[in-house]
Amino acid sequence: MNIIVCVKQTVDLQQVRIRKETREPVLDNIPLTIGNIDKNALEEAVRIRDKVGGKVIAVSAGSEQLTDTIKEALAMGADEAILVISTEFEGADSGAAAAALAQAIKRVEDYGIILLGEGSADNYSGQVGPRLAEILDLPQVTYVSSLEVENGTIKAVRNLDDCFETVEVGVPAVVSVVSEINEPRIPSVTQILKAGKKPKQVFKPEDLGIEITRSITTLSNLAPDQDRKRILFQEGTDKDVASLVSALEAEGLVRR
Amino acid sequence: MAAILVFSERDDIAWQLLGKAAELGREMGLGVAAAALGSADPGGYANRGAQKVYISKNEQLKTFEASVYAEALSQVAKQADAAVILIGSTRRGKELAGRLAQKLGAGCISDAGSLEVKDGRLVCTRNALGGATVATQTITTELQVIAVSPGLGEPIESPETAEMVEVELALKPSAVKVIARSEKGQGAVDIEGAEVLVCVGKGFTRQEDLKMAEELAEVLGGLVACTKPLATDEKWLPEDRVIGLSGKSGKPNLAICLGISGQVQFTVGIRDAKTIVAVNQDPNAFIWQMADYGIVGDLYEVVPRLTAALKG
Repeated sequence: MNIIVCVKQTVDLQQVRIRKETREPVLDNIPLTIGNIDKNALEEAVRIRDKVGGKVIAVSAGSEQLTDTIKEALAMGADEAILVISTEFEGADSGAAAAALAQAIKRVEDYGIILLGEGSADNYSGQVGPRLAEILDLPQVTYVSSLEVENGTIKAVRNLDDCFETVEVGVPAVVSVVSEINEPRIPSVTQILKAGKKPKQVFKPEDLGIEITRSITTLSNLAPDQDRKRILFQEGTDKDVASLVSALEAEGLVRR
Repeated sequence: MAAILVFSERDDIAWQLLGKAAELGREMGLGVAAAALGSADPGGYANRGAQKVYISKNEQLKTFEASVYAEALSQVAKQADAAVILIGSTRRGKELAGRLAQKLGAGCISDAGSLEVKDGRLVCTRNALGGATVATQTITTELQVIAVSPGLGEPIESPETAEMVEVELALKPSAVKVIARSEKGQGAVDIEGAEVLVCVGKGFTRQEDLKMAEELAEVLGGLVACTKPLATDEKWLPEDRVIGLSGKSGKPNLAICLGISGQVQFTVGIRDAKTIVAVNQDPNAFIWQMADYGIVGDLYEVVPRLTAALKG
């Protein structure tokens, strides 16, 4: 049984800056990476493989640089990768991503679990997993905080808004994980070096019979206006706390 | 008449959405319908602004499972001639929205923080780029599925009583079996409704030191909330205290951020606070961009003095 992990290429969000005058995000020259929760999904896949065998196959749809970005997943322990590459994936919506991933996954024989993060690092829409499950006509188990696979049965604990739910389902199934499921490993230098040599299959959307369509138009994408006073007091000047308290009193926020 | 169809597995959220749908329906010339499925109490939906309430007590809807509910809603959507489907953006709601949208060939926006009609189209806002920005988006497919953040929309009392429509649904049993469920209920706190939040971050070095924050919160009549690592990595506080992109959003009058660097994954949950105060050692921390007032210094030194000063 093979394990598929869907990962998404995004800009490194830690490095996104906002242009003050326009409130627009500055995305030029920011390195691409895979999302943090994607790494939890990868870690879980590697753990399952080490227990039950098979291969971990990373599947992703993204830009030309994806062959490079995916090395992170291969270094973390994925055995091979299937990539769908097109410039049109930039800003594509969840429907387009799910369609591409589904066609790539159909190329894999004997997959038992399709793992992914509960949401991507950038958009966090949480749609790709359920959409994939629908396209592939598979059961879905989302928001999983604990996972076991034994004899073709998946046992999972789901972390929902108001409860934890323990469920069982036979393979194959789509499983999305939350970040508390595990601590993703940091690959060693040797693993990073080996990552480049692992097998990769690269497709263009047309190779898989996919047309990238858009169902969402973004009218604007701006940082929210934060009109803050930014009045700072230094600790140690004897008035630090007193000044803060009087400022809050003046605003009617606290009473003494 | 084409309609806005509302569903949430939580009745209270469905009623909020019906209030919003009634408003949108008037502007867009659409009717309003609700789906009361499974354990929902249809009677409670009668005077909430819907003209029709579709009811099914089908055996397969007893427990919520996304693929079964998606199938059920897709059948209801056809009967209701739905042009827009609004779903409460809980975790269950989100997984349902994605699957339903795929089934119906619809575009879908989840976690919509606002919803209004502009030039006859529904326009939503939602966080993007990990919360660094807010994207204003519109769905271009004929049928639209929108998962709306809980709290948007107010329940209404309508003099008009909805027509109750029992629907026959063809549903297959789910492959997913629920073995156990444990409610999170005990000691639940309402971070989202709090007037004052004292938020704690990695500037705290030991769990027992959070007592300082609790004392400050008590003096202010507020609640203690935290950044994600304090709940998921350190497990010092339960997850229902997490503020941020993957946690909750607060709209307090006053938010005091202690030992929090101010990464966007956190600040996205607090940026609607009226006034933000921060205490942090690092003069270059991002949190200062967000703060109305702050003390640059050691929270271990500042917080007890602040609490004492507020006690008077």
